[in-house]
Amino acid sequence: MNYTLQFSVIWNNFGFFIQGVLLTLQLAFVSIAIGLVLGILGALGRTSVHRILNAIAVAYVEFIRNTPFLIQLFFFFFGLPSIGVRLNSWQAAVLALAINFGAYATEIIRAGIEGIRKGQIEAGMALGLNKLQIFRRVVLIPALGNIYPSLVGQTVIAILFTSVVSQISAEELTFVGTYLESRTFRSFEIYLTISLLYLVMIWIVKAIAFLIQKKYFRFMQFIR
Amino acid sequence: MQSFTLTQILMNLLWATRWTVALSAIAFIGGGLVGFLVMLMRISPRKIFRYLSGIYVEFFQGTPLLMQLFLTFFGLSVLLGINLSPWVAAAIALTTYSSAFLAEIWRGSVAAIPQGQWEAANALGFNYVRQLQRIILPQAVKMSVPPTVGFAVQVIKGTSLASVIGFVELARTATSISNVTFQPFLVFSFAALIYFCLCFPLSLLSKRLEQRFALQG
Repeated sequence: MNYTLQFSVIWNNFGFFIQGVLLTLQLAFVSIAIGLVLGILGALGRTSVHRILNAIAVAYVEFIRNTPFLIQLFFFFFGLPSIGVRLNSWQAAVLALAINFGAYATEIIRAGIEGIRKGQIEAGMALGLNKLQIFRRVVLIPALGNIYPSLVGQTVIAILFTSVVSQISAEELTFVGTYLESRTFRSFEIYLTISLLYLVMIWIVKAIAFLIQKKYFRFMQFIR
Repeated sequence: MQSFTLTQILMNLLWATRWTVALSAIAFIGGGLVGFLVMLMRISPRKIFRYLSGIYVEFFQGTPLLMQLFLTFFGLSVLLGINLSPWVAAAIALTTYSSAFLAEIWRGSVAAIPQGQWEAANALGFNYVRQLQRIILPQAVKMSVPPTVGFAVQVIKGTSLASVIGFVELARTATSISNVTFQPFLVFSFAALIYFCLCFPLSLLSKRLEQRFALQG
């Protein structure tokens, strides 16, 4: 073994790494926010009595969950321009990540909605709540408590997925890594550091998620 | 620009699919073997084993698969001074990745076995290995089948990332064909469809098995 590790490349480019982390978090945050909206819409479709809405939601979920994210990303970035939809790499990345997250969120939220017992909804009706109130207070919020752990897990997966968008040159942490690697050839040091940065990001996200759970979803154990 | 007929595009993609299937099979089987050992460490009564395997799982579940591929392909090559081919690097990276997830799935199944089963096995005078082999694992295996099948889908999808380090499979071939034909929309749609045909039956199977086991209780 005639290779000596030189971690000086990490200190010398520390600013780049921090910038990469921030870009990744920003990308993940925007896509997950949009993806959650898609997930709620998808879950409404999945639980709807309209056959067509239901079929669309099923097709969306199954198609996204059974194809690789890389192909979805390439489809949006390289494929869509040929039908006249031109997206820059950041837009394509957000779109692909959001649509991907939305499909998984649909299934998670649907399971949460179906976990709400019918009697609870009837109780809401008996209290004279209108449809929107029932959806919000009797269905959505308790369901959120039930699905919270799965959603956090999916969020972690989505953050890891953001690394793939480096392949269409969207700027985030992995892209910073490949850029630095091409300039310094210190591949092992750089990719190890980046891997550890992802790990730390995920620990922090999980820790925050745990605190939120403790604060807001404590009531869940009383309902069940 | 080269013109390909529709059939030619499809045939090329289908022909490349065999490497996707091969890599998935290697990763799944290799991951299963390594994962079983990691799972045994995870449930070991010895703290040091649990600790080490915990770090292993945390690393592979907490970092992007793409980074793991880069670390294996570029990192190991530089570190060991040997040139790993994309084939070997992809096989190693996907095996370790699968092993961490399978270990965690199986650990969950073992953890779901009621404590009383261990106690009963103990009362029968079985030693640790016998307890696992005769009482715990047979029950855990049954429970772990649906999520294990479900994870096979993740492995197949994961192999698409091996294209990034130059492993020629379905995704890589799709990129190449799209580059020469200038028909990305068509080519990536086809590629997605092929992946779907590989993954969807497994997803369905996993769901069916899960429902059947849920009914059996």
